[in-house]
Amino acid sequence: MQFMLLFSRQGKLRLQKWYVPLSDKEKKKITRELVQTVLARKPKMCSFLEWRDLKIVYKRYASLYFCCAIEDQDNELITLEIIHRYVELLDKYFGSVCELDIIFNFEKAYFILDEFLLGGEAQETSKKNVLKAIEQADLLQEVRALATA
Amino acid sequence: MPAPIRLRELIRTIRTARTQAEEREMIQKECAAIRSSFREEDNTYRCRNVAKLLYMHMLGYPAHFGQLECLKLIASQKFTDKRIGYLGAMLLLDERQDVHLLMTNCIKNDLNHSTQYVQGLSLCTLGCMGSSEMCRDLAGEVEKLLKTSNSYLRKKAALCAVHVIRKVPELMEMFLPATKNLLSEKNHGVLHTSVVLLTEMCERSPDMLSHFRKLVPQLVRILKNLIMSGYSPEHDVSGISDPFLQVRILRLLRILGKGDDDSSEAMNDILAQVATNTETSKNVGNAILYETVLTIMDIKSESGLRVLAINILGRFLLNNDKNIRYVALTSLLKTVQTDHNAVQRHRSTIVDCLKDLDVSIKRRAMELSFALVNGNNIRGMMKELLYFLDSCDPDFKADCASGIFLAAEKYAPSKRWHIDTVMRVLTTAGSYVRDDSVPNLIQLITNSVEMHAYTVQRLYKALLDDISQQPLVQVASWCIGEYGDLLVSGQCEEEEPIQVSEDEVLDVLEGLLVSNLSTPVTRAYSLTAIMKLSTRFSSVNRIKKVVSIYGSSIDVELQQRAVEYNALFKKYDHMRPALLERMPIMEKTATNGPTDIAQTNGETDSTILDTKHLPSITHPASQANDLLDLLGGNDVVPVIQTTVPTKPASAGGELLDLLGDLSLTGIPPMTAYNKNGLKIEFTFERSNPSPNIAVITIHATNSTEADMTEFVFQAAVPKVCSFPSRLVNTFRLHNPQSISACLISIL
Repeated sequence: MQFMLLFSRQGKLRLQKWYVPLSDKEKKKITRELVQTVLARKPKMCSFLEWRDLKIVYKRYASLYFCCAIEDQDNELITLEIIHRYVELLDKYFGSVCELDIIFNFEKAYFILDEFLLGGEAQETSKKNVLKAIEQADLLQEVRALATA
Repeated sequence: MPAPIRLRELIRTIRTARTQAEEREMIQKECAAIRSSFREEDNTYRCRNVAKLLYMHMLGYPAHFGQLECLKLIASQKFTDKRIGYLGAMLLLDERQDVHLLMTNCIKNDLNHSTQYVQGLSLCTLGCMGSSEMCRDLAGEVEKLLKTSNSYLRKKAALCAVHVIRKVPELMEMFLPATKNLLSEKNHGVLHTSVVLLTEMCERSPDMLSHFRKLVPQLVRILKNLIMSGYSPEHDVSGISDPFLQVRILRLLRILGKGDDDSSEAMNDILAQVATNTETSKNVGNAILYETVLTIMDIKSESGLRVLAINILGRFLLNNDKNIRYVALTSLLKTVQTDHNAVQRHRSTIVDCLKDLDVSIKRRAMELSFALVNGNNIRGMMKELLYFLDSCDPDFKADCASGIFLAAEKYAPSKRWHIDTVMRVLTTAGSYVRDDSVPNLIQLITNSVEMHAYTVQRLYKALLDDISQQPLVQVASWCIGEYGDLLVSGQCEEEEPIQVSEDEVLDVLEGLLVSNLSTPVTRAYSLTAIMKLSTRFSSVNRIKKVVSIYGSSIDVELQQRAVEYNALFKKYDHMRPALLERMPIMEKTATNGPTDIAQTNGETDSTILDTKHLPSITHPASQANDLLDLLGGNDVVPVIQTTVPTKPASAGGELLDLLGDLSLTGIPPMTAYNKNGLKIEFTFERSNPSPNIAVITIHATNSTEADMTEFVFQAAVPKVCSFPSRLVNTFRLHNPQSISACLISIL
């Protein structure tokens, strides 16, 4: 996966995870164009589109669009499952997640994503394990100072 | 100084802003507060401030002044600080900033931290955005962690290693020992990431690939366990056990089995098992089937398995889910060359997809339809394709029209059918056809001698209906100019001849000259047509009058033509009949344009090269040279249309031998073009894995002072050759470097 974007139906960015090095300007340009393209799609259209030299996989959950850019050799259908898994993780963590949860707790959304994907690939395929890791890490935040290495 | 406001509070406040200006004001105020807080080196609230900064960054506001603060957070001993610090680093820093290198030491320390969650943070950050220098420095640490027994860290280390290898491919060797027992892990996370790591290594190095082939039995075993094992709640997705792992294993098997008989045989059974046993009611199952089909098609599978795969794709085509249909069409497009007959069986379903509402599906279906057209199904397919052309989006029309022309040219059952088809395209999508189709069509018409009367009659009637579509109008005016005598004499055999007088014809042509809808090119066509009619019609005076009017036209091209034609009437009247007589039949040149469709579509074709084609191909080459002379200067290099096999042909006819028996030994490199500081060289060699593929490498060198922009490379080949992909690239040729070679393989 090259990047993942979450944005609202009005085109407001809620999360951006980039797995390729690009300048801020390029990221903004890509985001703007892609958001426009995806929002222009009609509801009955399929979840895949070709954009520049990438394959874009997107799915709408309530008011949020989850949009991934994958490479030629990646499997589109399993990417849909990856997106779905991420949504399930968010849902379990926040308890019936909605867009507001992600807006007000964006850093947590990132933490969860980083426990699920690393460098654009899934690092853990068990829902339980991802959530357990997040839970433990959250507990660690309470600790005053960590034992040094 | 009061404590900085909390993150959630800030978010709430900003969301109350009603205008962009109001939001900007709030942000600026908060940024100022954050800046002064940073200046005061406040440790307590640094984390909070950076978090707020990250929120504002997501809204689109600059946050670069927080970069160093992220580094300070990473170095802190509080986990909360580290978490936000690393997040900030991933969002605000990238390898273009020098600042990011300062992270290296922190990451190194954290990779060895006693708390695994801290190690995890640093592995994640390194694996997400580590630059090549960082990767080089820290590869050793990652390798160490790859060997740990802690599965939480091991899985992260594996993906981190993938990133390191992508950034610094030379370091791949160093991870080899650690991969020894990766697949014996029970932990699915580690298994999954290990398979990803092995895939990356195999894709990058043929040596690694041969080394890892021995893992095929183990992979097959793991896959088998996944399928046969009972319900495992931890990894279950809609009744399927760990689909993510299954898909990755299938992909690795594909790479390992490709081109290798033994490995392919070892995986035959499991592939058949997966293909038949996987539940297809949900997307998950279909995702696995999709990957299985891709693997079956790529390895050396037995024919039964291949047929199974194509049938799965056929079933996909009938699925209600659009995504599945899309994926099926994409896969069929990939396999249509190799398993043509099997795909033909699903032709009617594919053609139905042309009527789908989704744009992506329609495009795929169109491409696939063109690939499936052959001499047997041309009539039926063309009907469907013409219907599609009528109703499709404007974006498609150009490609569809070109595709139809190509298919018609290759498989037309009769000349009349061909001309009818061409007419149909011109009348329905006339404004979308490519510019080069006009000369091609004209040439087609001249060659169909017996159809001249029929053609000109149909074109005339089309003109009466509609003069807005320029390509149609241009072809029509050219034909009327050439064959106007046949038109008025009512000689048509193919259909009911129409009664039309010379005046009526001239009315139509003059109408084109004055109409606002006509482009300058069209006007030029019609003026010339009118002139030609002076030798075919009797109303010469009328024509003389028209021509003299345009002698003072504002359009320079028209004016020049009119003046010359006038001269023809006055001083050179004796030459006029000879000059304006019927055009001779033109030599057929190789088709230029979209050549990815120019392949034999599964018919039993003789592969003997038609050498008649080659000598005439020098025509476009000289056109290219003329063009370059016209434009002269060093700055702009226009499109150089080279027909690839021609250039060698002009260097002594070696190509005829070349393509005849495909013995490529000892074709010397040759300079195809060397003018105005642009030098283009071709070198030839036989492709190593497949000896019947010729690889022609092109070196373009710019030796002028300025850059050459918009250097577009296009190639066209005669129909008997094919090349696997469309190669159209725009380059910038910097002085004095040469562009790296672009490869063309000719089958």
